[in-house]
Amino acid sequence: MFEHISLAWRNIWRNKRRTLITTASIFFGVVLSAFMTSMQEGSYEQYIKTVVNFYSGYIQIHKAGYWDDKVINNTLVYTPEVERTIRQTSGVTMLTPRLENFALASSEEITKGVLVLGIDPQKEDSITRISKKIIYGNYLRPNDNGVVIGSGLAGFMKLNVGDTLVLIGQGFHGSSAAGKYPVRGIVKQPSPELDRTVVYMLVAQCQELFSASGRLTSVVIMVTDKDAVPPVFQSLKKSLGKDFEVMDWQEMNRILLKQIESDRAQGVITKGILYVIIGFGILGTIMMMVAERKKEMGVLVAIGMQKSKLASVLVFETIFIGMVGVIAGIVASIPVIWYFMFHPILMTGQAGEMMLEMGFDPYLSFSIMPSVFYNQALTVFIFTLIIGLYPVFIISRLKIIKALRN
Amino acid sequence: MNIIEITDLHKVYDQEAVPVWAVNGITLSFEVGEFAAIVGPSGSGKTTLLNIIGGLDDPTKGNVVIDGVTINKLGGRQRTDFRMKNIGFVFQAYNLIPVFTARENVEFIMHLQGKNKNERDKRTKELLEAVGLADRIDSRPNKLSGGQQQRVAVARALASKPKFILADEPTANLDSKSTENLLDIMEKLNRNENITFIFSTHDQRVVNKARRVITIEDGAVVSDIRK
Repeated sequence: MFEHISLAWRNIWRNKRRTLITTASIFFGVVLSAFMTSMQEGSYEQYIKTVVNFYSGYIQIHKAGYWDDKVINNTLVYTPEVERTIRQTSGVTMLTPRLENFALASSEEITKGVLVLGIDPQKEDSITRISKKIIYGNYLRPNDNGVVIGSGLAGFMKLNVGDTLVLIGQGFHGSSAAGKYPVRGIVKQPSPELDRTVVYMLVAQCQELFSASGRLTSVVIMVTDKDAVPPVFQSLKKSLGKDFEVMDWQEMNRILLKQIESDRAQGVITKGILYVIIGFGILGTIMMMVAERKKEMGVLVAIGMQKSKLASVLVFETIFIGMVGVIAGIVASIPVIWYFMFHPILMTGQAGEMMLEMGFDPYLSFSIMPSVFYNQALTVFIFTLIIGLYPVFIISRLKIIKALRN
Repeated sequence: MNIIEITDLHKVYDQEAVPVWAVNGITLSFEVGEFAAIVGPSGSGKTTLLNIIGGLDDPTKGNVVIDGVTINKLGGRQRTDFRMKNIGFVFQAYNLIPVFTARENVEFIMHLQGKNKNERDKRTKELLEAVGLADRIDSRPNKLSGGQQQRVAVARALASKPKFILADEPTANLDSKSTENLLDIMEKLNRNENITFIFSTHDQRVVNKARRVITIEDGAVVSDIRK
C-alpha cells in the first residue's frame, strides 16, 4: 500500500504547474469559504450572545402561559422557596428578577408610551452590564427611588438627569398605577427601539407602582455556557412544576434562530456553488492525468497490477490534490481569521445602522471554531472522492491492447 | 518440456464488417529455455500473437496453454495475477514508470507480489547488475539512454521470476550498440539461467541471435526454423 501511496504522490508532481494551478484553485476556495463560514458563525455567535446577555438570558422562568399572553396579570409569585429552588439547581451561575409592564410617561410637555422594567440593579448589571452603558448621571443604587431612562427617550421627552418623570398606567388586576420619579441616569442602549422606550427602576418600586407586590414577569437565569443549558433546563422544569413556564434561549428566540438557519442555508448554497466550480477544476486535471497516462496504465495492468490497485493509486492522486489545497488553505486562513476574531470589522453606513436598529453591535465578528476548518476539509474530501470515481470508471473499462497502442 | 502450447489460434478483427484475420490458425509450442524470434512483415500478426500468448488479448478461436493453464479461459483478475507470476513483458517503448528510479521500477512488480524488503533489495541489485546498470540504480528513466531504459525494462520483466519473457520489438528504438548490448544480456540470461525469451521483431540482428525463427505472414506460420 505504501508503494501505491508513494506512486500516487509522485504522480501528482509529474506536471508541477498543472498540479499547482489546481491546488491553488482549491486553496483560494478554502480560504474564501473558511473566511465566509467564520464570518457567518461569528455573527451568529455575536447575535446569540447579544440576545442572551442583553435581554433573554439562557433560561427564563415565567408563570405558565406568560409567554403567549404577556400581561401583568400573568405574573409569578416570587417566593424565597422559588428563589432557593432555582439557586440550588446545579449549573445556575446567576439569576435576576424582572417585572415588565407598559405605562404612559410624561415630562413637562410630552407624553409617551414606555416600557417600565423593574430590576435588581446589581444582579441585572452582572448579566446585562447596564452600568457600562450609562452616558449621563448614575446607575441605580440599592434602595434607589429614581429611574434610569434610555437616551432616545430622554431626548424625545427633553429630560435630563435630575428631572422628574411621571408614569401612569394599569397595574395588577386593573388597579391604577401612578408615580413620579427622579431621573438618576441616562443609558445608551444599542437597540434604538429599546433606547427610545425603556425606563429602569428597582423591582420593588415597580411592584409598588403596579400593585404587584412579590410578583415578577420573569426570572432570568444564566448558566456557564450554551452547552450547560439543557441539563439546567430539564432540572428546573422538573423541580418547579407545572405552574411555571421554563424556557430556554432557543425557545425564546425562535425567529432569530430561524433567520440564522436560513442564512446558514444560503451560505451552504453559495459555498456549494464555489466547491462545484473548484470540483470541475479538479475533474479537468484528473481527466488530463488519466488521458495522458492511458498507455502507462495499460503497461501496469499488463505486467500484473490489478485494476483495483491501479484505481486506488488514481483515487489517492485525486485525494492528494484536494488535500494539498485544503491543508494549504486552512494553514493560510487560520492567521487571517485569528486576526479578524480579535479585530472585528466595523460596519458603517446603512448596514451598520441596520445592525444597531436590530440591537446588535455594528461589527462583523469572526469565529475560529474547529468546524469552520474541518468542514472545508470534509467538503473537499467528499468532492475528491466523487471525482475519484472518474478514474475508477475509466480503469474498469480499460482495454490493455487499446491502452498500449495509445 | 513445453512451456507454451498454442492450438489452432485465430484472431479476427471486425468480424461483422470486413473480417481481418490477424492470426489465422496458428499451432505452435515453445520449450523451456528457447530463444525464439517471431518475424514477418508489418501487419502479419506478430504482435497480436504475442499479445494473445501474454493474455493481453483474447483469441477468436483456439487456446493458449501455459504450463498447463489455458490463459485465454482465465477471468480478468485471475489472468492479471497469472501474468504477474508467469510472464515477463518487454515493450518496444520501454514503458518504465517515469516517476520511479531504476531500482523502484524493478522492485515494483515484487511489491505487487508481496515480496519482503530483503528479497526485493537482493533481487533488484542482482538484476540491475546482470543488465549492467548497477551504477544507475537510483536514476530515473529520463536520466537513462534508450538502451539503458530497455535494460531496466528487461530487469523489470525478470523481477517476478517469470516462466518466460515476451518482448515486442525490443530493439526497434535502439541504436546498434545498444541493440548488441541488450541482445548479449538477454542471450546470457537465456543461456546461464535458462530463461525463455520470445521476441517479435523486424531486426535482423535479433534474428541472427535467435536459435529459433518463426516466420508469419497473413496471420499464419510460413516457416519455423530451429538453428
